[in-house]
Order: sequence, then structure tokens, then C-alpha cells
Amino acid sequence: MIKIAVCVGSSCHLKGSYQTIDLLKQYIENHQYQSSIELRAAFCLGHCTDGISIKINDEIIHGVHKDNIHTSLIPVIERKIHAIYGK
Amino acid sequence: MKPFDTKVQLLKYRVLKEVAKLAIHDSLSSGMLDVHKAIIPTNKATMRCCVYKERAIVNERVKLATNSSIEEFESWIQVIKIACDECPVGGYEVTSGCRGCIAHRCEQACKKNAITFDNHQKAHIDKSKCIECGLCSKVCPYNAIHNFKRPCELACKVNAITMDADKAASIDHSKCITCGACVYQCPFGAIMDKSELVPAIQLIKKSRYNTKYKVYAVVAPAIASQYEREELGQILKAIKNLGFYNLVEAALGADLATVLETEELLTKPVLTSSCCPSFVEYIKKHHPKVEKHISHTPSPMALVGKIIKTSDPNAKVVFIGPCIAKKQEAKLSHVKPYVDAVITFEELQAWIDAADINLSSLVPEHLDNASYFGRIFAKSGGLSKAVIQCLKESEKDVSLVNPIIASGIDQCKVALLKLSVNKLGGNFLEGMACSGGCIGGPCNLTHEEKDEKEIEWYGQSAYEQNIHSSIRLFRDDTQ
Repeated sequence: MIKIAVCVGSSCHLKGSYQTIDLLKQYIENHQYQSSIELRAAFCLGHCTDGISIKINDEIIHGVHKDNIHTSLIPVIERKIHAIYGK
Repeated sequence: MKPFDTKVQLLKYRVLKEVAKLAIHDSLSSGMLDVHKAIIPTNKATMRCCVYKERAIVNERVKLATNSSIEEFESWIQVIKIACDECPVGGYEVTSGCRGCIAHRCEQACKKNAITFDNHQKAHIDKSKCIECGLCSKVCPYNAIHNFKRPCELACKVNAITMDADKAASIDHSKCITCGACVYQCPFGAIMDKSELVPAIQLIKKSRYNTKYKVYAVVAPAIASQYEREELGQILKAIKNLGFYNLVEAALGADLATVLETEELLTKPVLTSSCCPSFVEYIKKHHPKVEKHISHTPSPMALVGKIIKTSDPNAKVVFIGPCIAKKQEAKLSHVKPYVDAVITFEELQAWIDAADINLSSLVPEHLDNASYFGRIFAKSGGLSKAVIQCLKESEKDVSLVNPIIASGIDQCKVALLKLSVNKLGGNFLEGMACSGGCIGGPCNLTHEEKDEKEIEWYGQSAYEQNIHSSIRLFRDDTQ
């Protein structure tokens, strides 16, 4: 199971955490990853100045925006999915 | 900082501040006994009969301010016996204001024929007949009949305070609901709440700047009534600067509680609210017949603690609010895992000032975890309004809820008595032990007329549009 936690602390929230979460939900649904990805919120991941912070298992990615998730975030998720499930 | 309502609060704050300073500098055990030197710097008594008594009382305050011991757990509220002034306890008495009038309204009003008149037509109360109903006092045109009851006893609506053999106040903990009214009302400050300020400071210190674990502050929405609007953001920043990793609104827990309580309401014929721990305690201790109606929904504090610890299992949670009963609630077995310490606004102010934080230089911090409806939980009626909103958001019929709102124990008592004979007149009883709701809490720095308006403003400035948008990611974590 891959655990994704999207920061909804003040700074990330204002930069669009929830839009990012909606996009991620869409992505999970499109690829039928419901059983391999768990999506939840985190209160603050400690990288408040630089885009939205997202924790994937123990790795924190920051600088995510709703416009760049396909380059910044999705490749990391796919790499992890591939490593664990081989798909 | 706003001034306090009373000098008693100021005195308590000064002691707490010295205690916080010692805790911050790890010198509590060596410095505890010298706190009185900072509070009473001269040899001249200003509050009591002599400076030695003043110092002895300060030492007792320090003991309570540093005592969060659960082993000897009795109650969070304790009487400082030597500070109790042993006020008169005569009950209703005719004072020299009686002019010996001809009307004798007092005699007419007394249902027990307890009023007699002497040769000068002055009234006297036969104490063997008097039932302390106060009707004579109400009708006297000269206000000459006075109730000589102790302020603590008057404040205690559950009759938990009596006089011990030494005439000092004594709390019957089997009746006490930890509302804290006596703490706020005693004019001599002889009743005080124990404190978790020291454990909270130590939690932060031991976290090594949030590297060993992270410490979250959960802030009650009543805070908006405590500071000027422009100052509020700086106070939030100051809390963060005390060393907290992050601040989360208790109002987010309120949004969650609304949804859970609304769902519960739809499955039960009648429900009494569970967010005020004193009200819950009041039902359990004084109206056990209706205990079955208490909502099983956890309080906003417990819910927000739970979702923080779900997202970060090593997290420590400190709740900051105006309430003493929350200290007790946090030790209940079903709440304990989610809340590590509870401090009050008074204790927070002492901590901020002990840490020498200069408010005016701070860049304001904002909170954005909750909706308008979660934030207005701080005032009476807020919960009911939120439940109606929740039904609207779920496209259900709003007439499914018929709320009865009770604020202050007197109103709660009337509503609960009605409920016990199935005559509540509604299906949802929102009860708050403090008059006006949490904004009337005992450990607010001040209680002012405009507090309700300030909460309304704070609610309006919430970032989340409605209840469901505020909880959308956390709903599952409450299971």
C-alpha cells in the first residue's frame, strides 16, 4: 500500500491542496489504484514556502502545484507503484 | 494583552507566569519556593492581614499551578483553605435598610409566614421557617433584605460547595461538574484550578524542536473573543513561537462533531449534546434518568486530537481553551489517547509572557481548518445552527431537528427536568454549562458584551465555505 498524505496546513491550503487532492482522486480512479493507494491529509509537512508538500510513504515532495502534478508528483507515484506492484 | 476582568485573575496569572519562567529555564524545583518574592516584593501586606499569610497563599498557588498529578487525582478544582476568607453564610437577612414601612410587601410575599415585625415595624426573618426562596428580597422597595450567601456557593449551581468545620469552603467532588464558576467568582481567589502548564512546556522542550515528535496546539474558537481583531493573528503566531509545530483549529473538530451528531440525531428520538464536558457531567451526576439520551459523538477536542494522531501517530496534542472541565475530559479513557495536555487562555497568556515574546513584532498567523459553523460553537446556539446547516448540506429536511438551546446550568436544569418527563418540546438539547457558551468560560481573560459579536466575526472570516468542505478529508479518520 502506498500512503499519500497531502499537506493541508495554512500555506499549502491556500496554494490549492484540495484541488490537488481532487486531481489525485481522479488519477487514482482512472487507474483503478483504489486498493494500492491510500490518500489522506496531513496538517503540516514543514515546507511551507515552496508549493504544496506531499508525503509519499516516507518521502516528502514539495513544490507541487495543481498545474504541475503530472511532472512533479505522478512520476514519483508511478515509480513507487512499479517498484511494489510491478505494473 | 487585554486586562483581566479581576485582580484575582491577575494574581493567578502572575503566579502562573513565574512558574512558566521556571519551567522554561528548567529551574522549577530550585525556584518554586521563591516565587512569592516576585509576587510580593516588599514586606508590606497589600491583600491580606500580613505579608506572611500572603506569602503562604502564594506558595499554595504555586503548588496548584505545578500540580498536574493524576495519581492523587481528586479534582482539577481545589480550595486553598488558608486563602478562604470564611465569608458570612447567614442566608437571607433583613438589613438596617428596613424602614419599617406600612406596606409589608415582604410579609405578603412570604409563603412560609417567616416574617414578623418588631415594635418599630421593622421586619425580622424567622430562620426556623425560612426556606431561602428570596421572594421577600425581590419585593422590598428598599432592597433591605439581602442574601448573605457566599459568592462561591451562589456561583455553584449544582450545590457542590458547603462549609467545613473550620468554616472554609469545601467542594463535594461527587457533585462538582468542574465548570469552574467558583474559581472565577471567589473574590479572594481561594478556589483555583490545577494546571498542566508545566507538562505542556516540558512536552515542547523534550520534543527537541519537534524533531523527536511533533507537538500540535489545538486552539478553541473562543480565543477570538479574547483579543482585538488585529491582535489575534499575532497571538496565534506567538503560540507557534512557543515551539508548537503546528496549530489546528478545534473548530475543525466541531465541524466533524456536527456531522456525527446530526447522523446520530436522525437515528434517535431525542439527543442531548456532548461537546460541553461540564454539561455531560451534569447530566451524569444530577440527572441520571436522562443519561441515555447523551450523544455518543466525541467532543470537538477529542475528534481533532484523533485526526491529528491518525495523520501523525507520534504527535503530541495540547488543547488550549477557556475551560477547566476540558482538563478533566482529557483524562477520560476514551479521550486520553488523543490529548496530551490541556491549558487555559490564562495559562497560555502566562506562558507567552514568560517566554518574553514581543507580540507587536510578529507577522500574523492564520488558521484555516474550519468553517463558520465550527467556529461559532464557541457561543451558545452555535451547535444547533450547525446541525441545521448540516441537514441543509446533506439535502435533508431541516424540520428533522427541533433544537432547544440551554446556556448556563440554570437553563440546562429546566430543560433536563422537562426532558425527564418527556416534555422537552424538541428533539435536540444543546446544553452549555457556562452562560453564553464557551465565551463565558471560567478561564477566559475577560468576559465582555461584545464577545458574541467577535465570535460571529471570526466565524465569518473562516476559510472553509461550509461544514462538508471543512471535513472532506477527515471524515474517515473519525471512525
